Amino acid sequence: MWDSIKEFASGFFVTGDPLIYGADVAIVMTLIAVVSVLTYFKRWTWLWREWLTTVDHKRIGIMYVIASLLMLFRGGVDALLMRTQLAVPNNDFLTPEHYNAIFTTHGVIMILFMAMPLMFGLFNLVVPLQIGARDVAFPFLNSLSFWLFFWGAMLFNMSFVIGGSPDAGWLSYPPLSEMSHSPGVGQDFYIWGIQISGIGSLMTGINFIVTILKMRAPGMKLFKMPMFSWSVLSSCLTIIMAFPILTVTLALLFIDRYFGAHFFTLDGGGNPMMYINLIWMWGHPEVYIVILPGFGIVSEVVATFSRKRLFGYKSMVFALMCIAVFSFFTWAHHFFTMGSGADVNIFFAISTMIIAIPTGVKVFNWIFTMYRGRVSFPTPMLWVMGLILCFVVGGMTGVMLSVAPADFQFHNSYFLIAHFHQVLIGGVVFSYFAGLYYWWPKVFGFKLNEKIGKWAFWLWNIGFYVCFMPQYAVGLMGMTRRVSTYGWDTGWWGMNLVSTIGGFIMGIAFLFQVWQILHSIKFMERDTTGDPWGGRTLEWSIPSPAPHYNFALTPIVDGRDPWWEEKLRRERGEAPKAQPPLEPIHMPKNSGIPFIMSFCWFLAGFGLVFNWLWIAIPGFIGVAACMLAHSFNYNTDYYIPVDEIERTEAAARGAV
Amino acid sequence: MAHGNANAHSHSHEGHHDLESLRSMGFWIFLMTDCILFGSLFATYIVLHANTAGGPTAHELFKMNGVIAETFILLTSSFTSGLAVLSMNQGNRKGLIGWLIVTVLLGASFITLEVTEFVDMVHEGAKISTSGFLSGFFTLVGTHGLHVSIGLCWMIALMIQIGRHGITPVTRRKVNVISLYWHFLDVVWIFVFTIVYLMGVM
Ligand code: HEM
Ligand SMILES: [Cu+2]
Repeated sequence: MWDSIKEFASGFFVTGDPLIYGADVAIVMTLIAVVSVLTYFKRWTWLWREWLTTVDHKRIGIMYVIASLLMLFRGGVDALLMRTQLAVPNNDFLTPEHYNAIFTTHGVIMILFMAMPLMFGLFNLVVPLQIGARDVAFPFLNSLSFWLFFWGAMLFNMSFVIGGSPDAGWLSYPPLSEMSHSPGVGQDFYIWGIQISGIGSLMTGINFIVTILKMRAPGMKLFKMPMFSWSVLSSCLTIIMAFPILTVTLALLFIDRYFGAHFFTLDGGGNPMMYINLIWMWGHPEVYIVILPGFGIVSEVVATFSRKRLFGYKSMVFALMCIAVFSFFTWAHHFFTMGSGADVNIFFAISTMIIAIPTGVKVFNWIFTMYRGRVSFPTPMLWVMGLILCFVVGGMTGVMLSVAPADFQFHNSYFLIAHFHQVLIGGVVFSYFAGLYYWWPKVFGFKLNEKIGKWAFWLWNIGFYVCFMPQYAVGLMGMTRRVSTYGWDTGWWGMNLVSTIGGFIMGIAFLFQVWQILHSIKFMERDTTGDPWGGRTLEWSIPSPAPHYNFALTPIVDGRDPWWEEKLRRERGEAPKAQPPLEPIHMPKNSGIPFIMSFCWFLAGFGLVFNWLWIAIPGFIGVAACMLAHSFNYNTDYYIPVDEIERTEAAARGAV
Repeated sequence: MAHGNANAHSHSHEGHHDLESLRSMGFWIFLMTDCILFGSLFATYIVLHANTAGGPTAHELFKMNGVIAETFILLTSSFTSGLAVLSMNQGNRKGLIGWLIVTVLLGASFITLEVTEFVDMVHEGAKISTSGFLSGFFTLVGTHGLHVSIGLCWMIALMIQIGRHGITPVTRRKVNVISLYWHFLDVVWIFVFTIVYLMGVM
């Protein structure tokens, strides 16, 4: 009996690595701490009522941001572990197996559990406010999307201490990811963690398309819509085209592994190359899904801090849409070297290069917006400047990669690693940081400390260039990606050491940001204006943080920068227009179903990972029961009475 | 920038209609994503359909009589779901529920036939693990069958709701949505019938 328990435990829990024991202890301690704090302060019902069941897009946005920053931490620790391993030749800090697991989970976590949720967080925090809506189109679905992401991410992260991490790369190419080469549970964690959160992403895509197309304030024609909302629309259109392909790809890989089918196997008539095509038909658009909203943020920030209208609005919209469409015609540039033949490679090389044109248009528009503007440089604008520089360099190395014959040299080298980090960190992360700093006062009602923020900015940027510029060079010197160690004779060690130092500088920069947030929570003054930056769009016309119904009265829009124009009118001393009386506001009720249903998905996924049907089947039954419960519930909304709106507004304006 | 109350969430009765129209639009977009999902499955099937790895081929395996019966049943059920919507538009609750019941029965017989067909194949040694071709076949056709089964559960739940609440804007939208879904599955089946079965035996 005892022996069989011990045997089970040693297979179930990951054992034998001091780093992992450390993580075990940390996880257990954190759990104990969270549970005891909640119990001590009697916060369980508060947690459930105010957060876990909320359908308020602003709160959902906050939860997305918190979760993604935690994931940034985990992914960042992974990165530093890898850089530590590579700092000196012949290092044995990490075993090769452990190294494989770390680069795999690092990639997955950064793209799917950090960048995507940070992006969804910004969608939720900003889009309804910016288009003058009271909510998103489907608040219930919105909450469900969040919890699916959350439980999917939990499932994926668990693999680290239970069962074993996936280690076949962040895109899990077969045959490495097939039963024949990865018989453990790691790949199944990969499949179900991503699948569950991916369904959530797909639903967010649908939700925001309908929100943007149908719920704009009266008078806001599509071509009067703020640029961030345009970028969200283009990103969501790409999501709904790309994510079903991911769903299918992961499902097929699962069917191969679980039922012994032959989609991607080497034997039985399977075709591994089909997986590589499918996954990149999702994967390439995916990188544009995360960068497009970044472009939108930059456009907003540049216009605000140049005190000028955005230059070339229509060309900007056109560029966004072009990129969204073209991203679907470039996927094969990820495997130029895998024998497609010259004609196919030429097609994909040219289609890749074409994307540089609309991207260039955007960069010029931003620069022309600043030209002759009254430009100032608070932290959001600093991040934008950092981004523009980084993205121009990253775009150019991208075009270098897109030259198919040259790619035979660059492919799978550190040159590629440097390229995609330059666009992912320098483009995606930097622009989202700009967005977070910019909208932070709208969400929480106070600004973040500028001084610590500037330190964080410079450390991030210096660290970035110190880390990745040597990687371009070492890539050209022949260092390939995914090597866990190298010898003295290669001549790579100097570059690698510098690169590692850069990585740690970025780690310190992140700590500065944490300090900045904690410091600001404690010391920053409340912003009672609701418009600390001198903004141009509707979200700045309401108090911060926004009341849960957003707008007491629905704004009627007549221009592209409605709040800016309103302020100009007020300055000119024009009498404000007569306002209609307040009316009760129709709001959705909170619901616990999204949380419970996503948890059931988690159980189902967990059961399938370990092939324990006694967990998986109840999980799926729970999912179905939740769906039915939701379908039978007709009591989903309520009205906020006028006097409550009046009280809330007065309090928000500091009158009480 | 002025303010007004004329908005999508105002508490007039139009407000409610608007909410229902949002949901219909959301469903149309969902159907688009489902199209892409089936598109990808068709693509994999087409890539793999000749990779029989020494196992049975489409030509040896498919029995067209059963498939033609399935097709006929599903097409009819699409028609009866249309009749259900017609009754609903005439405000005829009994007719609505009646036609929904007929649709459910037809859908259930379709599934029964399909499951029998699958079981027969497995008995003949044509399993999902036999070859790339059969993996593609069972997954594509099975996914369609799964969609039909989900539609059946949903239709039954909807009939109960109509029994409870009658024909309201909410149930009206739900009926419209499920009939849309049902027609969509019909169209997908026509592609399955042509690409998988007809081209398989030809
Ligand atoms: C300016 C336009 C861009 C061009 C021309 C471009 C071009 C390329 C090419 C040709 C490759 C394949 C290299 C190889 O495997 O040999 C590649 C890889 C990659 N790119 Fe880009 N890219 C661009 C923008 C972006 C953006 C915006 C992102 C993300 C936000 C991104 C993320 C990646 C990633 C993650 C990979 C590596 C994939 C892997 O693991 O193999 N790229 N890029
Ligand atoms: Cu690509």
